[in-house]
Amino acid sequence: MRTLPFFLISLVVGAAVFGAAVGIGNEYAFFAGYVVLQYIVLSTAWNILGGYCGYVNFGTAAFFAMGAYSTVAIYKFIADHDLYRMPMPVLVLIGGAVSAVVGFGMGYLTLRLRGAFFAIATLALAVVLQTLVVNWDYVGGSRGAYIIRPETFPLIGSYIRYLFLIMLLLAIAALTIARLIERSRLGFGFATIRDDELAAEASGVPTLRLKLIATTISGALMGMAGAPYPYYIGYLQPDSTFGLDYAVNSIAMPLIGGTTSWLGPLIGAVLLGSLQQLATVTISSAVNLLIVGCLLVAFVIIAPNGIIGLVHKYIQRKDDDFIGRRHVGLDAPAAPPEPAPSATADNPP
Amino acid sequence: MTGLLEVDKLSKRFGGFVALDGISLSVPAGERLGLIGPNGSGKSTLVNCICGTLRNEEGSVRFDGRPIDGLPAHRRTHIGLARSFQLPRPFVSLSLLDNVRIPLLYTVEARAHHSAQHIDELCHGLLREVGLADKARRLPRDLTQVEMRKLELARAMAAEPKLLIADEAMAGLTHSEIEDILTLLVRLNEQGVTVILIEHIMSAVMSFSRRLVVLVSGRKIADGPPEAVMRDPEVERAYLGQ
Amino acid sequence: MILSFDLLINAIISGVLIGGFYAAVTCGVSISFGILDIVNIAHPAFVILGSYIAYIINAQFGFDPILVSIVVVPAFYALGAGIYQIYYVAFERRGQESLRGLAFFFGLLFITEVSLVLYFGVDYRYVQAPYIGPTWHFGFIDVPMRILVPCVVSLLLIAFLQLVLTRTFIGRAIMAVAQDQLALRLMAVDPIRIKRIAFGISIATASLAGAFLIIIQPVEPSVGRDYIGRIFAICVLGGMGSLPGAVIAAMLIGVVESITSTFYGPSWAPAVSFGFLLLTLAVRPAGLLGR
Repeated sequence: MRTLPFFLISLVVGAAVFGAAVGIGNEYAFFAGYVVLQYIVLSTAWNILGGYCGYVNFGTAAFFAMGAYSTVAIYKFIADHDLYRMPMPVLVLIGGAVSAVVGFGMGYLTLRLRGAFFAIATLALAVVLQTLVVNWDYVGGSRGAYIIRPETFPLIGSYIRYLFLIMLLLAIAALTIARLIERSRLGFGFATIRDDELAAEASGVPTLRLKLIATTISGALMGMAGAPYPYYIGYLQPDSTFGLDYAVNSIAMPLIGGTTSWLGPLIGAVLLGSLQQLATVTISSAVNLLIVGCLLVAFVIIAPNGIIGLVHKYIQRKDDDFIGRRHVGLDAPAAPPEPAPSATADNPP
Repeated sequence: MTGLLEVDKLSKRFGGFVALDGISLSVPAGERLGLIGPNGSGKSTLVNCICGTLRNEEGSVRFDGRPIDGLPAHRRTHIGLARSFQLPRPFVSLSLLDNVRIPLLYTVEARAHHSAQHIDELCHGLLREVGLADKARRLPRDLTQVEMRKLELARAMAAEPKLLIADEAMAGLTHSEIEDILTLLVRLNEQGVTVILIEHIMSAVMSFSRRLVVLVSGRKIADGPPEAVMRDPEVERAYLGQ
Repeated sequence: MILSFDLLINAIISGVLIGGFYAAVTCGVSISFGILDIVNIAHPAFVILGSYIAYIINAQFGFDPILVSIVVVPAFYALGAGIYQIYYVAFERRGQESLRGLAFFFGLLFITEVSLVLYFGVDYRYVQAPYIGPTWHFGFIDVPMRILVPCVVSLLLIAFLQLVLTRTFIGRAIMAVAQDQLALRLMAVDPIRIKRIAFGISIATASLAGAFLIIIQPVEPSVGRDYIGRIFAICVLGGMGSLPGAVIAAMLIGVVESITSTFYGPSWAPAVSFGFLLLTLAVRPAGLLGR
């Protein structure tokens, strides 16, 4: 399926999702749904750098927070100068642009580092950014920042529905971009970086340039997910906004869903996100992270290729039984032979 | 007259250890050069420096008339310098077809735009040349050692190089398998590709090379026609005498 | 900002002392990351676990926290050995440690931290010991005992570890396993067993480090997160597997953090260690006393 039909179909599905949320009749559906959609964007964004290229980013929160704080800064600026309120889509784009710049900068500084060093450096960068923001009084510093959310939005109804819609469109955009990358020359390049960077260079792949593209796109999407957040939450606090919780979720969801395609982060985010919303309402919000941690550890040990991998193994076993052969082995290929690039296990170091 | 590849007093150190000590080498276009030397003599280090995987401290490398020092490895591939790795490094998550597609997408594409279909045909053609056409859609994990070597060569060939450095492509292969690879390299050379063959298997080196270079402990100790080089007493002492 | 000499000297001294403690927290990672190349990002969580165990026993029975942590060392060692076994079977053997191994430890970090929150809540906990209150005064120099004692014991611990690594067979095997597994096998030593022992030792140090931590400051579960950057910064800056290097790096970072905190305020302190880390990674990944 080419990209344009995919995008159009996603829009239709999105409209159905919105309709379903309206149908539930409870505004909480939009509050909870927003979080799940946000995680779809964050995990898809993470997976572009982590799953496709093999570079683990622990600093998801920083990119997310930069988007959120751009919104806060603009909000304050508008309030101070009594200007007209900036529309959300513009805020989203600005948040995305800010985080894109941060992503590019981070890439430039850290991409000469290998594996674990890169991951640790992303963590370091996140904390440095957090410290800078905490000490910037204009956006409230450590005291936090209040955003007054408008009550309603014309045509759509409550403002939270509007935010839900924005995040829905962002999720569709993120998934479409991820899918587009997968099937393009860029996606092949990313896969070679993940498999064997040295061989990729020798084959003519400009690895540094591609890695910068990955960090920039990934960062931009995360920033766009963060831009509406202040309006959603009402009170923005640096500690939680920059928290490691975003990192663990944006890593766990693709790993649980499957890192090989756009479908993995989607599955992971929907499943894990919904589970967490349920747990928050029924048990407590602390238990969320316990669930994420346990599932992450369990999947990473038992099902390294995620849910997608499990499904493929199941299909493969059916095929093999049909042919009359028994398939033996821990890591079955993640996909039956296909023209499109498909990833299986990590490259042995 | 300058050669396709000009290496001038190239030196490479790892901490206190001198891996390459002032290597100079001139390779004219169309040459079939054999590079031999004991283990640890610096052959692979030389290849890495020429191809840009490692940076040399001293000396310079010129390719096709232009200096390439400081050029990143992928740019060197773009201008026609390709290599196969001693230990095969396939892209494990991609099919064989996609493995050879990569250089076509990133190197050949940079030179002249091809349609997707044309690239597909080129991929199949390359795999046919190395005898892997029937495994086009398999993953590298399903290949035998010799098939991985062939894939490695196919991938290097896919970059449509002017100069191909084959780094110990034949280690551990049977006689007929060695013949296969040699035939491949000879055919490549006849198509106009300059080939540098790095090998330990003397029969293959002798039959393939028109010129032989011997490396010992990071220094070039011989450079000339194969028979003359093999009779050189210093070569005998340093290399064959072991 | 008034540059007061008294303040500066005190900041430096407390920085050095805290640095000694930081070295104890880091030495486990020097072994697991510096020598074994295992990115155990969950190490701080195990340190916090050690703190809580010291707290429970101390609160119940009044025993000295450091003594408690020493008694608990075998349990931590067993925990470490067990974790390594899982890590080896699930990741190292399959060659997947880069992404999934990392995620594994990340998950462990959260499991440990949240379990502590669920069991103990988010209140700060502290221990009681005779040396926690008093402060020695030398003129204008103040040396709080609750920082001095952990620092001294930390340095003893590290000296002991260094002796083990350089003088005993197991210790040298651990140093060797990073460089040449084949050679070890040829000597009829199982590299996997050596790594398991090493990782066990690594986690065992967390028990002691945890006791030191809760002596120096009150502890609640998320305190560990501040240490992730610190210990990797110290490990890298100190030259990866080098324990003496870690001590020097730890004291350096301790002093800079202390001076920053004293003169610019504590809200800038976290950026110090992480900033150091970035600088080291950018300029000289081999660290001060590079491997």
